[in-house]
Amino acid sequence: MSGKKPTMEEVQSSSEFPWSNTTLTPATSVLIALFAALVRFLVSLGPYSGRDTPPMYGDYEAQRHWMEITLHTPVVEWYRNTSANNLSYWGLDYPPLTAYQSLAHAFLLNSSIPESLALITSRGFESHGSKLLMRWTVLVSDFLLFFPAAVCFAVVYFRRFGGSGRERSAPWLLAMILLNPCLILIDHGHFQYNCISLGLTLGAIAAILLRHEFVASVLFSLAINHKQMSMYYAPAFFSYLLGKCLKRQNWVLEVGKLGIVVIGTFMFIWWPYLYSMEAAKEVLYRLAPFERGIYEDYVANFWCSTSVIIKWKKLFSIGFLKFLCICTTFFAFLPSCYQQIKAPSDRGFLYGLLNSSFAFYLFSYQVHEKSILMPLLPASLLAQQEPFLFGQLVYCGLLSMFPLLLRDNLILQYTVLFALFGLIFYQNGRHAWEKIPLRRRFLLVLPVVLSLLLHLIYLTLRPPKKYPFLYEALIMLFCFSQFMCFTIWTNIQQCSFLDIFHWTKAKKKDV
Amino acid sequence: MNDSWCFFSLSLCIKALLIPAYHSTDFEVHRHWLALTSSLPLSHWYIDTSSPWTLDYPPIFAYFSFLLSLPASLIDPTITDLVAGQNYAAPSAVVFLRLSVAAADLFLLSGAHRLSSRLPPFRRRILLALVIWSPALLIVDHIHFQYNGFFLGILLISLGFMVEGRDLAGGIVFAILICSKHLFMVAAPLYFVYLLRHYCNGEWSRAVARFLVMGLAVGAVFVATFGPFVYYGQIQQVFHRLFPFGRGFIIQTPKASFTGGLVGDSSAFAVLPQINPIITFLLVLLAMSPCLIKAFVRPQPKQIIRWVAYTFTCGFMFGWHVHEKASLHITIPLGIIATDSLADARHYFLLSIVSCYSMFPLLFEPQEYPIKVLLLAIYSVLMWVGFSSLFSNSKAPKPAMEKKVERSGNGTGLVGPVSSCYLLGLVGVEIWGQFLHPYIFGSRFPFLPLMLISFYCAIGMMYSWAWQLKQIIRNS
Repeated sequence: MSGKKPTMEEVQSSSEFPWSNTTLTPATSVLIALFAALVRFLVSLGPYSGRDTPPMYGDYEAQRHWMEITLHTPVVEWYRNTSANNLSYWGLDYPPLTAYQSLAHAFLLNSSIPESLALITSRGFESHGSKLLMRWTVLVSDFLLFFPAAVCFAVVYFRRFGGSGRERSAPWLLAMILLNPCLILIDHGHFQYNCISLGLTLGAIAAILLRHEFVASVLFSLAINHKQMSMYYAPAFFSYLLGKCLKRQNWVLEVGKLGIVVIGTFMFIWWPYLYSMEAAKEVLYRLAPFERGIYEDYVANFWCSTSVIIKWKKLFSIGFLKFLCICTTFFAFLPSCYQQIKAPSDRGFLYGLLNSSFAFYLFSYQVHEKSILMPLLPASLLAQQEPFLFGQLVYCGLLSMFPLLLRDNLILQYTVLFALFGLIFYQNGRHAWEKIPLRRRFLLVLPVVLSLLLHLIYLTLRPPKKYPFLYEALIMLFCFSQFMCFTIWTNIQQCSFLDIFHWTKAKKKDV
Repeated sequence: MNDSWCFFSLSLCIKALLIPAYHSTDFEVHRHWLALTSSLPLSHWYIDTSSPWTLDYPPIFAYFSFLLSLPASLIDPTITDLVAGQNYAAPSAVVFLRLSVAAADLFLLSGAHRLSSRLPPFRRRILLALVIWSPALLIVDHIHFQYNGFFLGILLISLGFMVEGRDLAGGIVFAILICSKHLFMVAAPLYFVYLLRHYCNGEWSRAVARFLVMGLAVGAVFVATFGPFVYYGQIQQVFHRLFPFGRGFIIQTPKASFTGGLVGDSSAFAVLPQINPIITFLLVLLAMSPCLIKAFVRPQPKQIIRWVAYTFTCGFMFGWHVHEKASLHITIPLGIIATDSLADARHYFLLSIVSCYSMFPLLFEPQEYPIKVLLLAIYSVLMWVGFSSLFSNSKAPKPAMEKKVERSGNGTGLVGPVSSCYLLGLVGVEIWGQFLHPYIFGSRFPFLPLMLISFYCAIGMMYSWAWQLKQIIRNS
């Protein structure tokens, strides 16, 4: 430390725990990453989906089964119905990168516990050792892909948008990204590999901010090839990149270059299936199972929520519903796309990601509850901009997954992660909270209090016989109403960047 | 108070997530004691043998178990059933007992809060973090399963009173502590000497009056605790349970104490001269004597924590039937004074890592391995960040004289070259134990890695003991 007297701000910030620093020192990011890793290991102690529930079990068994199939059958048969690969028992329904990842993990498991992956005979195999190894595959994927992307993003974000003031805190933002309770509960509790596709997407976002557009395109294409749900972000990436290209000299060439990179990546991943139209169609057919219906269970999107009044499944055919979904989704993400094509910007891009993922979540076909992870990622990236919205979104996201996690016996982990997130969020979020006037605070708190009551009611009282799914429906309607408010707000925010109504002369220099 | 609750809530989240983790036989021990105190009358507590886990803590802990058993029997009666509850590990029992440990940690919170309330905000937060988030405590209490947070909390409350100069209260609370877990008696000589000189001072009549007051107060605690058992004529049986000298000098796994590190394995008994409890008792007193002399000559409230930590270190190094968990009694009090100076911080940095690492063999399942490593790693980085910013900030307005002294001392870094080598060696020991030993020897010589850990940690503990002695002689 130099001999000069420390300034007031330095003294203030140094007297607080590392939260208020605007820079992300290596020590602080290591600390946050280690803590996030610890929380993941602790959640992994708990049960997984479908434990001890024959005959179909759950997502854990699905992943184990994919490891079994990819290990023991030839590549071309992975998406085909054969005697060894019965597609009705957890057939592969993610793109080939998931299959390659399953194969890589299968080598690991096979070297320790081969009977956990024996063809056909290992169906429903559950042991302490195999659970440990499976959990560690998710953890390692998380550490290798999601963590570095998150740190990279936090560093780049603060280099781009950072400033002074009590609310700007790089460590807090990193903590918000890494301690996202929904992601931890789904990946390390329920058991899935969202960390891989989200990590790749986050890497692509960081690359965009660093102006490495080819790297971003490759990473995002890989993300799509891991989980087709990543397509929820495609309009945002597309419109941003198109907008940037249009501002350059020879935009056709620029677009062409990006197109080649994307197509090249796709061809690289799909190589084993490109020898015939049939093979490619087989895979595509598994990726888009339209016959499963416009919605399943109780997901808080438009179709499921309005089905309380309009019985979509009964009134219209699948073909018409597909068309309806495509149209509504398109019009939902159209404003944000338009804004980006006209005036591409980094902040607008982040909002665009949020808006397009919300559009797909709310209006798309066959959306799952777990798809709330898609809007949650860009929301966590915007935690500094929209702290209140982010906090509420995390809460609603958790609430919408409550029935799912209850079935998995993950209530302890659910409660604790909720409390943990709240504690850390409150460190910085309270500044935004204190700015809100008292009357509005009451209006905002009331629905939250009611929904907390709903948790207790769900756990203790039986629903009436006439409406056995009453509580799920109530949760769904509550979350849906909140999501609609959020998406309207964020769309307005993004469109304000366009300056059509001459609102935002001041905001422009920020953008 | 806001900070304290925040830190406590964060650690409560971690403790709650640890509910499904491994727990040792100590879980059954405490569950059995719940059942014992709930189902049987007082007169049977220390003579019952329906389970191999007989009651071997003093009566106040038995009363505490009784209090816990009241809600337990309401939640799930099988927990407190003496026969049907044997080895009962259903979710209700696990959740209840784990949460009771977490709730008992409120004592620790209270003690730490008291001791930190007068400090400036940054130092206060570091102190709270060091004590409330201690990884050794988490490993032993919330995974392995014990109630150390409860006992250490009472110790900290007693120390809090003593530091404030409220000797009578401090003495009474210490008496309560001894009557909850007799292991803390190691510090009794120090308390006696200190209270004699500090509380019973002044002119003759006042000193005698105060001596009588203290004696009566402490005596009252003992009477209230042991009285019922004297009435039943069981006092001999109680003492036999509390002090089972027949158990032998070294228990199953080697300990990082002076003799544990040197002897390591019971088969070496034939080589060494016959060691019995009297000799270890005298050794402990001998090691404590410089500290006792200091306390006798110049009793100061400021130094009491340091002295108490030193007595526990002596007890750990030379005592009879020592568990590695006893190193918690050293690290928690030292955590309170770790922020006092750079030298203290450096010593604490090394000691806490060594002490936590010595507890690693308690958790031997692969599921808990990453958790214990991460707990220690997070704590180390936290100490690093905390101490570095604390001691680099406080350098700004210092007179030239002091600066010279500091620089000519042990340097300004948190870890010197010797400490760095030692800590790297620790990593080496772990790599050997986890990877190289199974690769080279397979399943032969299973005790070799444990002995290595114990021996290596013993070096660190010896250094700590010597350093503390030097500090006490030089500075008090």
